[in-house]
Amino acid sequence: MFPVAAKPDGVLPGFRLGLGYTLTYLTLLVLIPLGGMILMTGKLSWADFWSIATGERALASYRVTFGASLAAATVNALFGLVVAWVLVRYPFPAKRFVDALVDLPFALPTAVAGITLATLYAENGWIGERLATFGIKIAFTPLGIVVALIFVTLPFVVRTLQPVIEDIEAEVEEAAASLGATRWQTFVRVLLPAIFPAWLTGFTLAFSRAIGEFGSVIFIAGNMPLISEITPLLIISKLEQYDIVGATALAVVMLVISFVMLLVINLLQWWAANRHAKGRDVEPVEARAPGALAEARP
Amino acid sequence: MMTRRATTEPRWVRLLLTAIALGFLFLFLVLPLIAVFWEAFAQGARAYWDALQDGEAQSAMLLTLTIAALVLPFNIAFGVAAAWAIAKFDFRGKSLLTTLIDLPFAVSPVVAGLIFIILFGAQGYFGQWLAAQDVKVIFALPGMILATLFVTFPFVARELIPLMQSQGRDEEEAAVSLGASGWQMFWRVTLPNIKWGLMYGVILANARAMGEFGAVSVVSGHIRGETNTLPLHVEILYNEYNQIGAFAAATVLALLGLVTLVAKTVVEWRMRRETEMLTADLPPERTDLPPSVATERP
Repeated sequence: MFPVAAKPDGVLPGFRLGLGYTLTYLTLLVLIPLGGMILMTGKLSWADFWSIATGERALASYRVTFGASLAAATVNALFGLVVAWVLVRYPFPAKRFVDALVDLPFALPTAVAGITLATLYAENGWIGERLATFGIKIAFTPLGIVVALIFVTLPFVVRTLQPVIEDIEAEVEEAAASLGATRWQTFVRVLLPAIFPAWLTGFTLAFSRAIGEFGSVIFIAGNMPLISEITPLLIISKLEQYDIVGATALAVVMLVISFVMLLVINLLQWWAANRHAKGRDVEPVEARAPGALAEARP
Repeated sequence: MMTRRATTEPRWVRLLLTAIALGFLFLFLVLPLIAVFWEAFAQGARAYWDALQDGEAQSAMLLTLTIAALVLPFNIAFGVAAAWAIAKFDFRGKSLLTTLIDLPFAVSPVVAGLIFIILFGAQGYFGQWLAAQDVKVIFALPGMILATLFVTFPFVARELIPLMQSQGRDEEEAAVSLGASGWQMFWRVTLPNIKWGLMYGVILANARAMGEFGAVSVVSGHIRGETNTLPLHVEILYNEYNQIGAFAAATVLALLGLVTLVAKTVVEWRMRRETEMLTADLPPERTDLPPSVATERP
C-alpha cells in the first residue's frame, strides 16, 4: 500500500539494520518463493488454468476441504465458547492443567494426531467400535476429516475468547441484572455482543487453518478421489505425477483463498480492537450496540 | 446471595457447562494422548524399546534435531530484528509488513513445500542450474531446512512485536542517552526485558520445526535413513502396518509436545509474574513522570 519510508525517530539505533534484515529475509524466504509460484502459472493460458482449477476432481476436493473445515470450525465455535466460559468463570479441580492442555493440538505434531485419531475412530478402535454399533462410520469417510480438523483447530476459539471474557467488567452484568434482565437476557444482549468479534475471529482462524491442514487429515480421510480427497492432497498427487504446473494452479487457488482469509482475519481483529479499546468513547460504535442495556456501560 | 445470583448462572447450568467442556476436551485431547502411549506399548515395553532402537528411527530423530537446531537461530535473529524495527519505530507500511510476516501461517503446509520445488526442483526455475553445479536442494537437507524456515517464520516475531510495543522506548532511550552503545543497550536492557517472550516464541517455533509434516513431506523425497524426519518416519511405518513402530516413534513426538506444553506454561507463568511485579512497582514511579510521557502508554 505505502512504500516503506524510514522516518528519523528519536535516538534509538538499529532501525536500518533491523528493518533491512527483516525485509531481506522476508523477500528471500517468503515473497520470492510465493511470487515464483504465481509466475509459474504464467506457463498456462487462462483457459488451461481455469480448466485445471475447476476440474471435476478439483471441485470435489474444494467441496470436501471447505465443507469439513466449516463443520469443524462450527463445532469448535460452539464447544470453544463453552470451554472458554467454563475456564474463565467456574472453579473446578485441576483447572490450570486443563487450561494448559487446550494448547495440545499446537504442540502435538500433526502426523501423531493423524495416526492416533485414525486408530481411535477405526472400526476396531476405542471410539469407532462404539459408534459402529450405531452404524456410524468415521474413519476413512469425510466425517473423519472433520474429526481431525476439530482436533487441529481446537485451541483457536478458546484462546481468542478467554481474554475477552476475562475483560468483561462485573459492573456491566450487575447493571443488567439490576435493571431487571434475567441471566439469559444478560448473556444474549450484553455478554454475547461484547464477545462476538472475538468469537468470529476465533472461528475464522480455525477455518483458515483447517483449509490448509494436511498431516492430520490424510491418515483418517481414506483419500478417495471425489469423496474424501482434500485439496492439499490433490496438489501432492499432481506433483507425484510430475504435473508441476497443475499442482501450481491448484496451489495458487489455495493461496488466493489464504490471502482472503488473512484479510478477513485482519479486518475482524481491527473491528474487535476498535470496539474494545476505543468503543467506549467513540459514539457511533456505542450507538450500534444492540439493546437498551448497552446504555448501562460505564 | 442475591448479588451473586445476579452475575452467575444457576448451579445446574454451571455443572452442565463444566461437564460439557470437560467431556469435549477429554474426548478430543485426553483420549488421543492416552491412545498414543497405549498403542505404542500394546506389545509390551520390550517391543516398544526395540522399535526405538531401530537404525532408521534413530537417524530420523537425528535429522529432526539437526533441522530444528539449524532453523531456530535464523528465526531468533529475524524475530528480534523485525520486532525491533516494528515495535520501536514508526514508518509507513508498518501494518502491511506485520501482515506479511503472518503470511506463512495462512499458507497451507503443502503449498509451503511446493514453492521450493518450483524454485529449486528439477522442473523449477533454478533446477537445471543447480544440477549443473551438482547441488541438491530438493529431496535433500537444504530443501527441508527452507521449508521448515518458511512454516516457522512468524513465531518469534509474532510474540516479540506486541511485547516490545507494550514496553515502549523509555528504557532503551535512557540507556542510549547515558552513553550505552547499541550492542550494550541490546544485551543489557532489551534482551533482559524480552527474554521470556523470546523463549516463548522459540518454544513454539521449535515444536513446529520438529513436528512439521506437510511442507517437509513435499520436499523430502522420503529417502530412508537420509531425508526422513521423525514425523515422516511415523507415516512410513504406519503405512506399512507397523503399528508398534509408528506409535513408538509417535510417543517421542508426543513427549516433545508435552514438554512444549509444560515449558510454555512455565514461561507464561514467569511472564505474568514479571508484569505483575512491574505494575506493582508502577504507580509511585508513574506519578513522577510529566503527564505527556505517562499518557503515551495505552
